[in-house]
Amino acid sequence: MAGQVEVLHYWTSGGEAKSVAGLRAMMEAKGHVWKDFAVAGGGGDNAATVLKSRVVSGNAPTAAQVKGPAIQEWASEAVLANLDSVAKAEKWDSLLPQVVANGLKYKGNYVAVPVNVHRVNWLWGSSAALKKAGVAGMPKTWDEFFAAADKIKKAGLIAVAHSGQNIWDFTTFESVVLGVGGAKFYDDALVKLDQKALTSETMKKSLETFRRIKAYVDPAAPGRDWNLSTALVIQDKAAFQFMGDWAKGEFVAAGKAPGKDFLCAAAPGSANAYTFNVDSFAMFRLKDVGAQKAQSDLAATIMGTEFQQVFNLNKGSIPVRLNMPMDKFDDCAKLSSKDFVETAKHGGLVPSVAHGMAIKPAAEGAIKDAVSQFWSDDKISVADGMKNLAKAAATK
Amino acid sequence: MSRSFESLLPKLVVAPAFVLGFAFIYGLMVWNGVLSVTASRMLPNYDEFVGLAQYEKLFEMDRWWVALKNLGIFSLLYVGGALVLGLVLAILLDQKVRAEGFLRTVYLYPMALSFIVTGTAWKWILNPSLGIEKLMHDLGWTDFHFDWLVQSDTAIYCVVIAGIWQSAGFAMALFLAGLRGIDDSIIKAAQMDGASLPRIYWRIILPVLRPVVFSTILVLSHLSIKSFDLVMALTAGGPGYATDVPATFMYVMSFTRGQIGLGAASATMMLATVAAVVVPYLYSELRAKPHDR
Repeated sequence: MAGQVEVLHYWTSGGEAKSVAGLRAMMEAKGHVWKDFAVAGGGGDNAATVLKSRVVSGNAPTAAQVKGPAIQEWASEAVLANLDSVAKAEKWDSLLPQVVANGLKYKGNYVAVPVNVHRVNWLWGSSAALKKAGVAGMPKTWDEFFAAADKIKKAGLIAVAHSGQNIWDFTTFESVVLGVGGAKFYDDALVKLDQKALTSETMKKSLETFRRIKAYVDPAAPGRDWNLSTALVIQDKAAFQFMGDWAKGEFVAAGKAPGKDFLCAAAPGSANAYTFNVDSFAMFRLKDVGAQKAQSDLAATIMGTEFQQVFNLNKGSIPVRLNMPMDKFDDCAKLSSKDFVETAKHGGLVPSVAHGMAIKPAAEGAIKDAVSQFWSDDKISVADGMKNLAKAAATK
Repeated sequence: MSRSFESLLPKLVVAPAFVLGFAFIYGLMVWNGVLSVTASRMLPNYDEFVGLAQYEKLFEMDRWWVALKNLGIFSLLYVGGALVLGLVLAILLDQKVRAEGFLRTVYLYPMALSFIVTGTAWKWILNPSLGIEKLMHDLGWTDFHFDWLVQSDTAIYCVVIAGIWQSAGFAMALFLAGLRGIDDSIIKAAQMDGASLPRIYWRIILPVLRPVVFSTILVLSHLSIKSFDLVMALTAGGPGYATDVPATFMYVMSFTRGQIGLGAASATMMLATVAAVVVPYLYSELRAKPHDR
């Protein structure tokens, strides 16, 4: 039985659009009709607004690109479909790390299907810039990082290509917290928002380290888009960038080879931890039986090995399915996959707060504000920054 | 029969616009007001009323106070700056200069641009490593320092600069029209009495321009309270949230943070601010000329 699938997504840039076209071809091969519903812009904000109006008017799409706690918010409005029968048939429980699977369930039932995993705690480096400054290899600890940064600054290059927007301020901050305090501390402080962790010595040290990085950032950083900062590293004008692995897409598109022209490493001190950003599709409750069948086919296809491989090769991320063959992927993706599997076992796998994977939007927005304010205003002391952060974390 | 139809016709013609205006302006205002006393988060929620809790929360937020302070700074400097600069330009242009039509167009053109264009252009001009500072460094003046845009305590003044650049020409056009409306004979009479030119402007022309000044202030101040696109394009509220204004605050809370109730509360506060400017003006205007009606 064939049906129509309408998929709301915001993957409209080159590599992403190609990935979606792959999914469309697979669904059409199964005899379903694909209705594309792409809403570009705003990092998904525009798509979210459109989705709200569609759902409120009782005309939900088959699936929509929704991730993190937003899945729970939609599920609590009682508009999502139950995917347990597909999940059981396809054995999702054994294919997904538990912390990832939990995010896709509402009251124990699957309501969303994951597409990919991005690692957020990466440090990207330009081989040429590092060589020019006389830095051997990527720094593994914060001490090594600051020693290297000093050399780079002396060589007249930008040490850290930063983008001063609150999401990127926080991306850097969460990598610092992870590197300074470890995965357990990260989880307590930024995911559970535990007041004791937020006002601890470790948090103080994290904020101090975070502020120290600012001395190595060029004055044009505020407001700069992330890909323009990546471009500075690509052009060897800057040496390092803290950024998730979507940056790799920019390097590769510029004809740079991983491991040779640019280097990837976990952010200093965070080699055995992993902040994940999982894109997913929430499936909406439908009335039409044909459409329901098409919907479960869509869910099964997205989690299937074929789609996971094709999609992630295009997108620069890695498959969310554990134990996939990785031989077609590059070295950075292989490292990411290895660490994903390892950290999933030892509890080092934690959700990224900056990318909306961990906490509700209200609190997330508030702590992002506090961190950005601390970053951009040097007059705020570390103690006050910590106080503001703890206060923001209490936002409901 | 036909007389009653004639008296009915204007009402009938105006009715659709009235109904639409009523539904989509006042109706939505009321809807917003209702939302602001609910616990609405991601979607509107009419089951749970929380009274003024959203307003309490609003006024406890640092970010809201920053937005209000910025609105104060921006409104005062933007309205004042555009007014003064517009008046000066108008007076200078009124001196029967050559190519006045061309100059007038030059100054008026920024008004034809959208605030998005203005914001983006000024973002590049004021950016220390792209714009003025870089230009001065390239010209050899390496001590030159102008990084207001990237400092959290000065960034709001960059918004003011861009805003004045955009609107001064508009104020100029209004003043120029006002100046042209002044009867030459008054000025001639004053000159005969031996009044100096500055004195003529200060004592005669400016008082005559009073209504123009008020309309200009009214138009500019409601633009400043609503200002959203300029800030979004120029700084996106940054660095941090240092240049947030109530409109950007409302947008962020309602549409990206899933706090529709809080966003609605801030929108109501903005409405109250606009009303505080407009209502007294309308009241005085309508009361002053009852014979016109």
